[in-house]
Amino acid sequence: MPVRKIKNYAFIGFCTFCALFGLVVLASVLSSLVGKGIAGMGLHVFTELTPGPGSHGGLKNAIVGSLILTGLGILIAAPLGVLAGTWLSESDKSSKTAESLRFLNGMLMSAPSILVGLFVYKVVVVTTGSFSGWAGATALAILALPIIVSTTEEMLRLVPTTLKEAGSGLGASRWRVITQLCYRAAGPGIITGILLSVARITGETAPLLFTALNSNFMSTELDKPMANLPVTIYQYAMSPFQSWNELAWAGALLITVFILIINLLSTALPRWIKARKAAK
Amino acid sequence: MLLTSMPRAMKGDSIFYRLSFTSAILIFLVLIGIILSLIDGGWQALSEFGPGFVFRNIWDPVNSEFGAASAIYGTLVSSLIAIVIAIPVGLGTAIFLAELAPDWISRPISMAIELLAAVPSIIYGMWGLFVFAPWFSEGFQFWALENLVGLPLIGPWFDGPPIGIGLLTAGIILSFMILPIITALTRDALKTIPNVVREAAYGVGATPYEVITRVLLPSIKNAAVGAGILGLGRALGETMAVAFVIGGANRIETSLFMPASSISSTIAQQFNEATNEMHISSLISLGLVLFVLTFIVMGIARLLLRKR
Repeated sequence: MPVRKIKNYAFIGFCTFCALFGLVVLASVLSSLVGKGIAGMGLHVFTELTPGPGSHGGLKNAIVGSLILTGLGILIAAPLGVLAGTWLSESDKSSKTAESLRFLNGMLMSAPSILVGLFVYKVVVVTTGSFSGWAGATALAILALPIIVSTTEEMLRLVPTTLKEAGSGLGASRWRVITQLCYRAAGPGIITGILLSVARITGETAPLLFTALNSNFMSTELDKPMANLPVTIYQYAMSPFQSWNELAWAGALLITVFILIINLLSTALPRWIKARKAAK
Repeated sequence: MLLTSMPRAMKGDSIFYRLSFTSAILIFLVLIGIILSLIDGGWQALSEFGPGFVFRNIWDPVNSEFGAASAIYGTLVSSLIAIVIAIPVGLGTAIFLAELAPDWISRPISMAIELLAAVPSIIYGMWGLFVFAPWFSEGFQFWALENLVGLPLIGPWFDGPPIGIGLLTAGIILSFMILPIITALTRDALKTIPNVVREAAYGVGATPYEVITRVLLPSIKNAAVGAGILGLGRALGETMAVAFVIGGANRIETSLFMPASSISSTIAQQFNEATNEMHISSLISLGLVLFVLTFIVMGIARLLLRKR
């Protein structure tokens, strides 16, 4: 066989091996997650509070806390992110301010999340004197913000100029054109961006370590430390107690399933909205 | 027609403009806030130990002596291991998906690999600690201790306790985490190459190997290098996956099997336990070092990815 052919087969073999390697890792991660997660799963996970060392319990307070922190984080980030994205999309392409803000947004998106945690610790926790739900939600909001900004900008840029011109031609003011025409046209895309940011912040652990901290009690008070799934998983997984380890895997499965559902929604929802519009 | 060019717009317009502009400026304020809070929080340590903080190889909370060298070493080496594994494997996977496999194979695999990217890092950490580390200890480390330690140059890297966790394990787990990003970005870049290019190359009798390495890869060079650097940036800042498996020892050792620690894992593990002010300040200074490192790496990645 000529050398060229041997090289070719070796190359194809290498590439196939790489793809298989990735699949094996994925299969191993998912199978241990599902296997160990289901073993620790049960109704008690949703109905009982996080247990003390070595004893049995559930993750109720951590689940509720995580929902509150994530929801509040998105409530803070979504309006700000959409508005900032709108400004970027409306600004002149050659504008220096817009270009630098776009660059800084990219930087914020790739800043290590633990640094966001340190920042919120310095600004919120040190100032108010206590770890709190507010601090945790602020940290998550900062992580969600740049994702929402960049998807909003992209989606608004896709809105055809003719639509805006038609709106202005009818005598609508600029902000009415944006809020009533552009947001409606770009809506599904913006919602996708928001959902993706939910998926991104749900599993974030590092920024919550020194902001929301954690708590073994059921608490919905936002000015106190708040229980949350990621930090609970971290603490329980690193512990020597088997019952805690099992709960950590159950929590990990819960978070992953939630993130997968959000990811599916983020692709399905825009399609669904479009289909419904077309049916009208 | 642009909001920015309408200084005398109607009242609603001006309110909306101000609202949106204020929100946009928030991005700048947050980023500046992060930098200032890191400088402010780390000031005590930086003024005590001076710029030499970065090179001091000591981390002794009991005697309040701190230096960043061991954490920086752990961060750089684990990230280096990660990209040394993830770049060739990611590139190979991308080529397989975009060029070699038929659609019915590449589509589900692409989806599966994107799934890997959605799994939160804490789960990689747990998987690394409970599943990968025991397997790695028995499967690779014992073998390496018998067969690799005697080798010149690389031998000392493998001369350590086969406990499963350590610098090498952290690097490998990191490589699994950044693999999907590198694969997705290079696959997308390959897909932008028009088909006529491939047809022309195959037309002169080239093998797939020749077409890909001599025609396709050179034309996506920037995107591929950008993807690798983006992966490196992720690896540098990753916290949870590393905190689980790196072992948490602030030392510099030749052996990759020894427990070590990265900048982010040190902060995550010690911040809440640190009681003395110099300890806290040193941890925040570590954060500043990490910020500078990622800022440089991500800046380069963005420049490369933007240019086509």
